[in-house]
Parts: sequence; C-alpha cells; structure tokens
Amino acid sequence: MSAPAAAAEPILTRNFGRADSHTLEAYRETGGYAAWAKAREMEPAAITDAVKRSNLRGLGGAGFPTGTKWSFIPKGHAGPVYLVINADEGEPGTFKDRYLLERDPHALIEGMLIAARAIGSRLAFVYVRGEYVVPGRRFSAAVRDAYDAGYLGRGLDIVVHRGAGAYICGEETGLISSLEGKKGWPKLKPPFPAIKGAFGAPTIVNNVETICQVPHIINRGPEWFAALGTKTQGGTRLYSMSGRVRRPGVYEASVRVPLRQLVEHYAGGVTGNGRLKAVVPGGASAAILRADEVDVTMDVDGLKNAGTMAGSAGVIVMDETVSIPEALMVVARFYAHESCGQCTPCREATGWIYKMTERIVEGRGHKEDLDTILDVARRGAGTTICAFYDGAVGPYISYIEKFRPEFEALIPHG
Amino acid sequence: MTTRRPEFTPEQLAEVRRWQGLYPDKRAALLPALHLAQDMFGYISEETEEYVAGLFELAPAHVHEVVTFYTMYFRKPKGRHVVSVCHNLSCHLAGAPDVLGHLRQRLGIEPGETTEDGRITLLAVECLCACEMAPMLQVDDRYEGHLTPERVDRLLAELR
Repeated sequence: MSAPAAAAEPILTRNFGRADSHTLEAYRETGGYAAWAKAREMEPAAITDAVKRSNLRGLGGAGFPTGTKWSFIPKGHAGPVYLVINADEGEPGTFKDRYLLERDPHALIEGMLIAARAIGSRLAFVYVRGEYVVPGRRFSAAVRDAYDAGYLGRGLDIVVHRGAGAYICGEETGLISSLEGKKGWPKLKPPFPAIKGAFGAPTIVNNVETICQVPHIINRGPEWFAALGTKTQGGTRLYSMSGRVRRPGVYEASVRVPLRQLVEHYAGGVTGNGRLKAVVPGGASAAILRADEVDVTMDVDGLKNAGTMAGSAGVIVMDETVSIPEALMVVARFYAHESCGQCTPCREATGWIYKMTERIVEGRGHKEDLDTILDVARRGAGTTICAFYDGAVGPYISYIEKFRPEFEALIPHG
Repeated sequence: MTTRRPEFTPEQLAEVRRWQGLYPDKRAALLPALHLAQDMFGYISEETEEYVAGLFELAPAHVHEVVTFYTMYFRKPKGRHVVSVCHNLSCHLAGAPDVLGHLRQRLGIEPGETTEDGRITLLAVECLCACEMAPMLQVDDRYEGHLTPERVDRLLAELR
C-alpha cells in the first residue's frame, strides 16, 4: 500500500505485515501485553478515566464515547458484570474487524483484559458472526494460547460465541438477545445494557476495533491518542475501502483524514470511467455523498455535519458509470431481507420500498413513486425500537434526493 | 439425508452440556448446539428441533423461532457444499450479478435450490464483509474472492 505523506503511524495495523502476527510470540515481541501489565496495577476508575480522556469513540457504528459508556456501570454493583465484544461485523462495505480477528487477535484479548478490569467484569463474550468461520477459529486459538500463558483464567474468562446469520445481531441489544439463545430481536432502551444487559446483568458491548485501541491508550497515554484526532474524537481507525477503487482494502489513518484523500491516495483513485460520482462514507446505512461533497473529514462530527455518518468507516466508491437507482435497489433489498420484523414501520416499509425501487429500475415506475417512497421513509423514521430502520432511511432519502433526475429518467412518462 | 431419529453421540452430548455450563443461563448455548446438530444431521428438521428443545428444557416452539430467524440454519436437506454469493453493494459494483448468472447457468438451479445430485446448494446472500475481494462468495467455511467465470469454474471442479 502506498500511503500519502501525511499517513499516520500505523497503530492498529502495525503488525499486519508479519505472517505470524496472530501468534502470541509475535505479539509479545512487539510489546504485547505490556499495557495489561501496566493496567493491572491501575485502579479500575483510572483506566476508565484514561479512556475518557483519550476521546476514544466506538468504532462499530454509533460513535459513542467509550469511557463514558464504561462509566454507566452502576458503582458498587454486587452481582456479575459482563463485557461483550461485538464481532458480528455485517455493515455492508465493512471488513476491518475480520482483519483484526485474523491478524491481531491478541490485541483484542489484551484490550478485553483491560476493559474488563475497568468495568469489573470476570466473564466476557466475543460474539463472532456465524459466517466468520476462519476468523473465529483464528481468534479461538489465540484465546487458548492466552489461557495457556496465564493471561486468561485468572480473573477473566472469555467465551467465543458463534452467531448464525442475521445483520440485526450487530445492534447491541439484538446481539444480547442472540447471545442469550433467542432470536436477535433488539430491546427497548432504557434500560440500557450498562444497567440491564446480557442475562439481566450490567453489560458493556464494545466493537472489536474499539477494544483493540485500548492497549495503545494505556501504553502511550490518553493525551497522545487524543492528539491523533479532533477535539471530540481521538486516535486512528481502520477504513474499509471498496467499490470502484484501484486498491480496495483496509487502511489505517487518523479519524480526521479527508475522505477525498482516502479515495484518491490510500485506495489509489477511482476506477470505472475514472470520474467520481458518489461515495458512501460509513457503511451502507450512511447517507450517500455526491462527488462535490467529498471534501469532508471522516471523524464522527465532521460527517454528521455533512449530513451523513462515520458509522463503521466502510467507504464504498462509485464512478460515473454506476446507476444510483440500481445501487439503491441493492441496498433496499438488503434492508428488506434483514429487517427483524419486530416493529411494524420497519417490517412493512423495508419490503415495500424494495419492491418500489425494483419496479423503478425495471422501468415500471409511476411518476408519483419517488415522492411516495420519500413520504413513507420519513414517516417511519424515529418510530422503531432500534436504529436499523433509521439506517435504512438515510440511503432511501439521500440517494433519491441527490440523484433524483436519474430516477426520473427511468420512469415512463404519459 | 437422514430419517433416523436425531441424537448426539455421548461425546457430543457432553460437549453441549459443557457449553451450557459456560453461560449464566444454559439457553445461551442453543445457537452453538444447533450448529452442531446441523453439522451432524445435515439440516434442522422438526424432529431435531424437538430433540434439541429437550436438551434445553425449552418448548419446541422456542427452538423453532430461533431456527427460522437465522439464515445459516437449513430446514430442509442442503447440498454437500453450500455456495453463497454475496450480492450486496460492493460485490454488485464488482459484477456479482454476472457471477450469480454464471453459477445459475453452470448448475442449472436458482438461488435457494440444490442440484439434483445433492452436490451444491446455491444461495445469494447479503454482505459477507469481504468487499476488498469483491466479487466474492463463501463456499462452505471459506471465502473466495476476485471471482471471474474461470475462477468459479475451477472452484466448482474442486467440489465433489
């Protein structure tokens, strides 16, 4: 990968180039488990405080401040507290957690040891999506090695749990339902998982990449980490680059890297006809950006201000030859397939909107269809138990509003 | 395909009991137990649902709603190999419809169907999170990417 001059020092990816990066030996050689040695001498509250000061924000999608989340665990809680790692990677366009599980599993284990100490958890679960058989095996092997080496089993146990195929289980309360052996239906909040989560106990659910950052924060200090980012978000993160780019792949850069730089430098520029048409910056659920909107930074607040979201940092690039209506149909099919069926607006609208987009793409649309889709999409927004439907509304509305003439051109007149 | 009553071996049963002990509530081991049942019996029949329900002291309906919720549990016999083609956005942009079209033509089946000889079940699935190798598919446990018709043909030739 040829990085631009302003490339960040690799942190999460520093060992990715080593063929044996997944082994305990390689991890230790490069300073692995030193942060745990340091953290086990720290007061739990001091660990949480360091993570707060680092401005680490969740890297799974919601971007919530991690240290603040940890601090929601009730003080002096007498019963069990659980740490749950969300390795149910599923946001279309995102593949960075797979890299971490396969190439640096001990970074996750070390981060879990530190996080578990901070929140007072003695039992942690790693929920790996069912299709990730090979990454799951790789991570399980690392867990066994960590037990043999005495890192685990002396205050923290880790159970690796395999999912069975359902996007909604990446939503933290859906994940908890699934972990409990049920269908992955999200739960109404409050109560938030930190108060009443897995098995009715206080629970922190964190994304893989988020927890992999924790050892570095402990090793090098929260100020160092915070300085890598913006005032409200620290660190680097992994960008999953795909679609019409020359070099699709995982790239590490500051959370404030400009989107244009990711596309043009990191991923090597646009393929197809070479001219950029649109970018989805944060996984399929992020609103689409036109080519004239990509001069934004990728941090949570930067993209929020641009009317979209950083989400999981899955960047999907489209050149001018891509049909936006067809792209929306593909995305709408995904939401129709993955709606869990619990809330009526989501269950009904996702299926119906998919059919409508399909009808438009096939040249059978009516001239009022676009306004009807926008109306239906807006009415359901904010009315459901979880964020899934709002995630679908972002693309429905933005694809149509920003590329309306392209949709209209497919609708027969008269 | 099996018609005998589904039942784990004593060793498998001990493993399921061990899994149940790993969680605060043994029901949490239901998904892993169903994966094992599918590996053993080929798919999850109603008899299997009843058998597994018994191991968890659940009503069969509770197991049924789990089995029907997740995409990875098969409720009828599947092929010896399962080929799942990702048709989400990044793979679509990289030519997933052509990959799927090639497989349909080569196998003579539609997504969701199994070849008559029981060799392959073909599926079109949502994002498998390997967009860097788009267009891609999953064949049984492993991911295969950067697909071309020639590469798909070579993969098919390896499947017995």
